[in-house]
This record gives sequence, C-alpha cells and structure tokens, in this order.
Amino acid sequence: MMDSVATIPPFEWFYREQRDDVFRYLRRLLGRQGAEDAFQETFLRALRAYPRLEHGRHLRAWIFTIATRVAIDERRRPVPVLVTGEVGAEDVEPAYAELEPLVGQLPPTERAAVVLRYGYDLPYADIGAALGSSEDAARQATSSGVRRLRRRLT
Amino acid sequence: MTIPAELDARFRDAAAAEGLLDVAYDWTDSPVGRLLVAATERGVCLISFNPEPEAHLEGLARAHGVRVLHSSRPVDPVRHELDEYFEHRRTTFDVQPDLTVLPPFQQLVLDELGRVPYGATATYGGLASRIGKPRAARAVGGALNQNPVPIVVPCHRVVGASGSLVGYAGGLDRKRALLALEGAILD
Repeated sequence: MMDSVATIPPFEWFYREQRDDVFRYLRRLLGRQGAEDAFQETFLRALRAYPRLEHGRHLRAWIFTIATRVAIDERRRPVPVLVTGEVGAEDVEPAYAELEPLVGQLPPTERAAVVLRYGYDLPYADIGAALGSSEDAARQATSSGVRRLRRRLT
Repeated sequence: MTIPAELDARFRDAAAAEGLLDVAYDWTDSPVGRLLVAATERGVCLISFNPEPEAHLEGLARAHGVRVLHSSRPVDPVRHELDEYFEHRRTTFDVQPDLTVLPPFQQLVLDELGRVPYGATATYGGLASRIGKPRAARAVGGALNQNPVPIVVPCHRVVGASGSLVGYAGGLDRKRALLALEGAILD
C-alpha cells in the first residue's frame, strides 16, 4: 500500500507548507534583510535537490537543515549582520522568549541549535542533521549555547 | 507571520529562470472561463477548464516530475497565444503541446487532430480512418475525451457523424462557443 505520508508532494504544496516558518527562522538567525536573500537561496537549493529525495518523510527537518546551512554560510560572510529581536512573543515558548533577544550574539552553530531546539522544538537528531553533525553534537551545541546565554542573563 | 508577497514572487520567478521546474502553472481568463495552464520545457502540458490547482498538482507531479510550482513567466507565451486566439487574431498555435507522457495511441489521435484546421470539423469515424484504424471511432472518442490540452489541440473540432456536437470534456456550451468563435457553426 502506498504510504501517503512518505509520498513526495508536488513542490508547491511543500513550499506553501514550510515557507512562513522557514522565513521566520531565517529572520531570527539573520535579521530581515539577510533573511530575504537566504530565503530564496534556501528554496532554490531545495528545488535542486528535490527530485533526488527518496521519500517525503522529515521534509520539515530537511528544509530547516538547508536553511541552517544557508544561514551559516551567510554569517560567515565578512559583512556584519544586524540581528533584531522582532519575533512576536505569542509564537514562542515563554522561556525562549526571554532568551530570544540574546540569541543573536551566539556563534552560528550554537545559535542555530538553540533556535531549532527551543524556537521550533526540533528533536536533537534532526538538529544534528541540520548542522551536519551528530545528535550528541547537537545536544552539546544547544546546551553550551544555553549556558552562554544564562551567563549573559545573570 | 507570512512571507512578503514580493519575496514569494521573486522566488517563483527565480525558480523558473534557473530552469529548476518540471512544471510551471498559472491561470488565464478567457471567454470560456478561467483556465489553468501548465507548461514544461517541452511545451504546454495542461489546459483545464477546472481552475482549481489541487485537482491537478499530484497528476502533474506523477506525469512530469515533482517540481511543480505556480510561476507565471513560463506560462506567458501560452497565455498570450490564447488571448490572440480568443480575439480572432490567431488561427494556429505556435506553442507546442507536450504530449510525451501520453500512451502512443492517444498521441497518434491528438497529432492527427492537430491537422484539422481552424474553422473546420472532423468526425470521430473520419479521424479513426485517418490514423488507419477505421473501426476505432469509440477509442478515438476516449482519447479525445482525455485530451490534456484542449483548445491548443482542437478536440472541439470533432463532431458526430450527423454533425451533432456529441460531447466535450469542458461541456457542450464551451464546445459550441469555440466552434462559433472559429465560424464553424452559427452562434
């Protein structure tokens, strides 16, 4: 029997489903201007790879993986990127809302790990995949990011 | 928070400009109603009188590839020619129909149908004879009924042996309107 969850949907459906969250995520990492460039690059990379997907599982983790890599590439550019804390409080966990304004000061990997974990509730395995490392490394990056933030809060 | 409309449009244009789409689709308005039009790199692969995309996207993805995206630029040449056709400024289409995914028999029928000129009509039996299968009138009817690119591939020009309109996937009113536009029948 065909597993409807695993079927790769027409790109239009996938794009409509993910575009707002991906944009919001990129804004948290890069600020508005950076996010606009990174958004297009993220979905163009996704389009290039889309025909090679073997199934439609984990598409959300997959697009966040791509977005994270694009954002990290952007952050490595020499031009400094201003990050603004312009996320509405209603769409994040309260504890995360407190951390949010400071997340922009973290190194790129820790920042992505913290946002994916606390902003998007992604499991560590998916965050590891997004960062091109392991589940353990993702857990470590997240907790070291959180420790760094706590030091700044106190 | 939704993404800015211009960012969305910019991505859809870039996706087409970089040649990353298997199918691009958009809508166009016509005297026979709003049409959904889809195009591949090979040509126009779908014109539908049902403009609801959800009815078509999975089928397009299965037939042509999963990179199906709403993007208007690739559809512009088809839209332009359809506009001219409905304004009596065009009698043949330069855009090519993409029939590559259809079964060979249906391709044969639709290719032959392309030779029936503007303003003329053919019968199911006549078309069957022209492809060398004079007894296949019913199968010809079936192939026409499944024509994915009506108007451009003019299945509205096929009528019953008595000259009656018989049937049309888009409804007889549309068939009548198209034949009247071409002067093949009186309004």
